[in-house]
Amino acid sequence: MRTSTRGSRRLMALAAVAALTTGLLAGCAEDSDDGSSDSDGGSGGGKTTLTIGTFGVFGYKQAGLYDEYMKQNPDITIKENVTTRTDVYWPKTLTRLQAGSGTDDIQAIEVGNVAEAVQTQGDKFVDLGKDVDKSQWLDWKTAQATTKDGKTIGLGTDIGPMAVCYRKDLFKAAGLETDRVKLAEQWKGDWSKYVDVGKDYMKKAPKGTKFVDSAASVYNAALGGESERYYDKDGNVIWDKSAGVEKAWDASMEVATSNMSAKLKQFDKPWDQAFANGGFATVACPAWMLGYIQEKSGDAGKGKWDVAAAPTAANWGGSFIGVPTAGKHQKEAIKLAKWLTAPEQQAKVFGKQASFPSTPSAYASLKPQAATTTFFSDAPITQIFSDSAKTIPTQIFGVKDQPINTAISDIGILQVEQKGKTPDQGWDAATKEIKDVLGQ
Amino acid sequence: MTSSKQALARTAPSADAAPGSQPGAARRAHGRGTPPPGPGSWRSRLYRWDMKASPYAFVAPFFIFFGAFGLIPLLYTAWYSLHNVQLSNLDQQTWVGLDNYKNLMSSDFFWGALQNTFTIGVISTVPQLLMAIGIAHLLNYKLRGSTLWRVVMLTPYATSVAAATLVFVLLYSWDGGMINWLLHFVGVDAINWRESTWGSQFAVSSIVIWRWTGYNALIYLAAMQAIPSDLYESAALDGAGRWQQFRHVTIPMLRPTILFTVVVSTIGATQLFGEPLLFGGVSGSKGGSEHQYQTLGLYMYDQGWIIGNLGKASAIAWTMFLILLIVAAINLLITRRLRKTQ
Repeated sequence: MRTSTRGSRRLMALAAVAALTTGLLAGCAEDSDDGSSDSDGGSGGGKTTLTIGTFGVFGYKQAGLYDEYMKQNPDITIKENVTTRTDVYWPKTLTRLQAGSGTDDIQAIEVGNVAEAVQTQGDKFVDLGKDVDKSQWLDWKTAQATTKDGKTIGLGTDIGPMAVCYRKDLFKAAGLETDRVKLAEQWKGDWSKYVDVGKDYMKKAPKGTKFVDSAASVYNAALGGESERYYDKDGNVIWDKSAGVEKAWDASMEVATSNMSAKLKQFDKPWDQAFANGGFATVACPAWMLGYIQEKSGDAGKGKWDVAAAPTAANWGGSFIGVPTAGKHQKEAIKLAKWLTAPEQQAKVFGKQASFPSTPSAYASLKPQAATTTFFSDAPITQIFSDSAKTIPTQIFGVKDQPINTAISDIGILQVEQKGKTPDQGWDAATKEIKDVLGQ
Repeated sequence: MTSSKQALARTAPSADAAPGSQPGAARRAHGRGTPPPGPGSWRSRLYRWDMKASPYAFVAPFFIFFGAFGLIPLLYTAWYSLHNVQLSNLDQQTWVGLDNYKNLMSSDFFWGALQNTFTIGVISTVPQLLMAIGIAHLLNYKLRGSTLWRVVMLTPYATSVAAATLVFVLLYSWDGGMINWLLHFVGVDAINWRESTWGSQFAVSSIVIWRWTGYNALIYLAAMQAIPSDLYESAALDGAGRWQQFRHVTIPMLRPTILFTVVVSTIGATQLFGEPLLFGGVSGSKGGSEHQYQTLGLYMYDQGWIIGNLGKASAIAWTMFLILLIVAAINLLITRRLRKTQ
């Protein structure tokens, strides 16, 4: 008797171990095709769950678009998978696209990554060009998401037309012009004129304040108005002979070497704090940054901030949404992507999140939130940004655009700005870094 | 052919004979409480099979998982490291031989990262373990609310790296950070903690020290409480003071524990990643504008996931693996040496 119980106990333990092992392995297997298991095609009358993968805040949920769409289409359920950091989101998405599994039905693509997506992942996305009226988007926006053979892999969501947000009260204290139209006139056409205003500001700057948050932000803003960046039309790297880069670099070097910068890094915690403490007087602000400034400055900044047109029409940021061919519900996903990026919906997102539409027909009906308008001293925000948006040049992006940009702004410029290196030394450091990036 | 057949023929009888010749031994192994199973019965065969197989079955889950999530990725990484593989084009892998490794050996960034890993490792591990011993010694006294103190010691370890680092970033911010504010009372100029080489390495180390000191202190405390109290009593009878007792009784008795913590901390320091990444904030994987606190882990992450050069990142991963093996070998040598002298 005793033997048999011992034996059976052991057998039971064995069985338990085996069950546990297979259970765990099965768990892994189930995980890998998550998202497709909870529905079957959608045609059978059951609910279809569409997943949409985004980074940061897209505003669709905030503007109530998902709820609205689900109400109109009762057989659709929408689930948003948000990854906060772009540098985490994109590698993950790239590997899933290539594995052909695990992608969401709709996948967001940031403008800095869109060239890489167009050039290397073109066959992993559905061609959306046939399903939409492409003329409703700004030409340069659609061009960025179009492959050489004319395939449109993503529909434009928002764009980032640039303006200059400035602290009216600080400008007044420094004895500068405070009227947004006259101010824009002063620096119109060239970012180096904006830097000149900065020099004037520093002569009588209120204690503890600087003219601009960082040299890198000036570089970024100036480069955003150049059509030629790091790559030419044929996809060759030209960062070291690009006229656009040179102009932007020179403007940023003037800032870095003349003590007018608060030497912060954008989107770092201390940068956030500086908004609350009024550490700097201006920041080049794409439309989507307005909400951020408002949030970080808090009520103390209300009515003190104003918006003036930027020296050149420039773009910073903006995204696309594409439908991966690996998705299980392509038809429904295309329909949703089309709806989300239509002018009416883009206008709604602007009303909530200040993400600027990439469809010009939406501009006439844009209504910013009342709180935002009062916060920015009743500046005609929609007017300023739509004027900029219509004249932004088509920018050429390349595969390694992001890492090259990081090398210049976070290595080259930062060394000059924060470590007191000369511009030449900064450029050399950036060169070395870029060569490492490009594997040269 | 023939020779192997002959060999088979020669070994066959002995193999047959083996089980038959040792029934007694087998029975003894079954233990006294087990009735001898009838030879050849189903139950006895099952029983014997159970005896032989179940230990393997019990350890199998570990090996299956190690194979799936440890060994295969390890070998796959080795394979990758000999190719040019881009994150955006995983299907296209071109053989480059040892180029990735040669590239590393001639890269300033790699040597810089190696050096940073070493210096940050030393300036975080050494003070951390010294402080841990001191704290453990204090906790070993009879204290009021000793459990409370022990829990307090462990709190930093329970905090997430991200949360802790974000707080430290604010403390160390050069403009308006609390540490620079305190320094200004002593008349020290504001230090740019993130961009200066020593400043940033010190700052990163301080996060590591803050998180791990209490953890190590508790390990030491556990070891100290296992030291028999009569050792202290006889030391006291011989006229040894508190400090002498600590030096001549506590430390020697703690030696194996100290070695253990040194090994664990060294491995942890070699793999240092989260603290410097988050300390760097946006684009933290560069480890500062001059890579001044970029560790090997960060360098690998930057190459693989930011730049997208997976081949080179794999080469870094394997180099790190080899470095860890060397570290382990050195530790082993020192341990042996110490055991011999004991």
